[in-house]
Amino acid sequence: MVKYILKRLGLAIIILLGVSLLIYMLTMAMPADYIDNRTAAAVQSGQMTPEDVLRLKELYGLADKSLPGILKGYASWFSNALQGDLGFSFLYGRPVTQVIKEYVWISFFISLIAYVIEIIIAIPMGIRAAVNQYSGYDYTVSVFSMMATALPSFFLAALLMNFFSINLGWFPLQGLTTATKIFHPSDKWGIFLDKAWHLVLPIITLTLLSIGGLMRYTRTNMLEVMNSDYIRTARAKGLPEKKVINKHAFRNTFIPLVTTLSGMLPGLFSGAMITETVFSIPGIGSMALRATLQGDIPFVMGYNMFLAILTVIGYLISDLMYAVVDPRVQISK
Amino acid sequence: MAKENKKTKNTQYLTIKEEREIAKSNRKIMKQFERAKNRKNVDESEFTTQMHDPRNVIEIDNLHTYFYTDVGTTKAVNGVSFKIPEGKIVGVVGESGCGKSVTSLSVMQLVQGPVGQIVDGSIRYTTSEGKCYDIAKMPRDEMRRIRGKEIAMIFQEPMTSLNPVFKIGDQLDEALAIFEPKMSKNEVKARSIEMLEMVGIADQEKIYHNYPHELSGGMRQRVMIAMALICNPRLIIADEPTTALDVTIQAQILELLLEVKNKINGSIMLITHDLGVIAGMADYVVVMYAGKIVEAGDIHDIFKNPKHPYTVGLMRSLPSLSHVVTGSRLYSIPGQVPSPVNLPDNCYFCNRCEYSFDICMEQYPPDYYFEDNHRAACFLYDEKYKDLDLIKPELPRNLTDDSESIMARKIPQGRVVLESETDGFGG
Repeated sequence: MVKYILKRLGLAIIILLGVSLLIYMLTMAMPADYIDNRTAAAVQSGQMTPEDVLRLKELYGLADKSLPGILKGYASWFSNALQGDLGFSFLYGRPVTQVIKEYVWISFFISLIAYVIEIIIAIPMGIRAAVNQYSGYDYTVSVFSMMATALPSFFLAALLMNFFSINLGWFPLQGLTTATKIFHPSDKWGIFLDKAWHLVLPIITLTLLSIGGLMRYTRTNMLEVMNSDYIRTARAKGLPEKKVINKHAFRNTFIPLVTTLSGMLPGLFSGAMITETVFSIPGIGSMALRATLQGDIPFVMGYNMFLAILTVIGYLISDLMYAVVDPRVQISK
Repeated sequence: MAKENKKTKNTQYLTIKEEREIAKSNRKIMKQFERAKNRKNVDESEFTTQMHDPRNVIEIDNLHTYFYTDVGTTKAVNGVSFKIPEGKIVGVVGESGCGKSVTSLSVMQLVQGPVGQIVDGSIRYTTSEGKCYDIAKMPRDEMRRIRGKEIAMIFQEPMTSLNPVFKIGDQLDEALAIFEPKMSKNEVKARSIEMLEMVGIADQEKIYHNYPHELSGGMRQRVMIAMALICNPRLIIADEPTTALDVTIQAQILELLLEVKNKINGSIMLITHDLGVIAGMADYVVVMYAGKIVEAGDIHDIFKNPKHPYTVGLMRSLPSLSHVVTGSRLYSIPGQVPSPVNLPDNCYFCNRCEYSFDICMEQYPPDYYFEDNHRAACFLYDEKYKDLDLIKPELPRNLTDDSESIMARKIPQGRVVLESETDGFGG
């Protein structure tokens, strides 16, 4: 087991190396970099000369866009990254690791709650839809959950905002705190409630977006299991139908569900780029989107490496969970 | 001729309109049957009946099981009647797709719904408490009184019939625990281990804690048999129990089945397409073709004096030593089982039959009875056509010898011989 994990981690290092090089080259290949974005107006109005811009670019290490130049830049980024230094964010003016650390928790909080609600709703729904295949319930649930999944996140968010905050006024439109209210720093409960109130709509958005997929996944797996021979055996034994479904069928559907869902766990830290931006929530996702638009290379690199590590860990967890929930799978090497 | 052409075309290709009509009527019919099956708290008198002969364990009477598919109604079982006397083994034979398995699943009410439904007929069964139920009319909830405890089933595929994520012991215990809620966990476990021992598994304690994937196919089938027998059922349905196993294991499993049958004094409905297995095991034989019984009778009658051309064809296609000696080719019945959708109103076997004549193409033959409740559905035995001097199918000489030698191989231990060997059977 330990050997297997070590082997997988060794592989992960190679994967991360490739990923980092690829991302670095892609960001460097963007047509307008951070300095171009920042100085465009000044150059236009004649306040800065192209020479000034070039000098700035050299300062930021963005001047040499040839392949050897990019590789050189990558090498210096890489050697710093090995020492845990992901550099300074151009845009936020602070160390990248610090920015990530600060904004990741709010994103994690939103995603985690949405994830839990999604599981609680989608799995029982999928099971019930599978057990009553082609029934009214099955069709209704499938149509509505797929509709929610098919909507683009910004559109769904806008719909919810329009309905619940503009028309009904139940929830705030945007942001994380009420600007007009002043809380005493010791009033932790009040601050918490205020934040929670702001997060209702984003969490609903994220949940609605993901329910359909998980529900269909549960339904498909459950249907496959329900048609298998051992379910017929369980029925032939004389087990009550409830036990056949909840014990024999679900325990088998559980295997793909657990591995997929546990693989998603690290991803909860990655933030919801669009939803966070639409609701103006200062989470890691919206921070990353701003940084990407501005060509903030250190932050983009740091964030994407963070995502890559989360993905690799997710796959590892998912594979390890197979051995935990499926007695037929054993990890030997 | 043109009209006929049109007709045959219609049965092969469905227009969208026809398809929609089928789907619509299917939905309606399936809903109706499902509703009837899902009723709760049904009065017992609704599905209580009387056995026609108390010596029988089960009487299947005019059973119809249909599948309402998108291309039309598939009549998988289309009027099947036979009986299983107490302590006897009845073999059900036929090619693939003849409705053997669907008959057995109907008895357990395990036909895959809502598409498959028992449409008509009755399945009369007397429980060990002496009550007689009509399984065909039983609601789903009540069926649990019968499944496992009264009628147990052994399936064709031991590799996939055990739940892969539960230990053998758990699966065995569970079967017993439903019906013996008063038993303690240790008692249940002791009984499970005893059952494993009974089906010839050495090292039961270890196997008890194993997962199904850690056992071989033969072992798994033994576990399946142990699971089926754990509640002392009165009837065991073995649906091709040896098909997925290799030949040496086959013999062992069959021997085991006979042995345990005698221990629990039950009856067996043995479904197989292997006439050799039937010859070695069964007391009575039912030959099925396209959802109907074409011939039924005592094992000796069927093997020595088969009447229906299909039965004769099946026997001729048994490989035997004489083929090796004479170098002749193994016989096979030409053609295929007809599709069970839109069956014509004639003998279903007439297209493949060497002996068929005019009337065979026009209507379905009734049953003709011979000595000892031996019956066959074939016009060759109609008194009306006696003058036509029809050639009757006959077994080649070498095959009658063969079938005798096969039957002579009968596993001798513990044959229960009832006094009334002959009259427990028939339509």
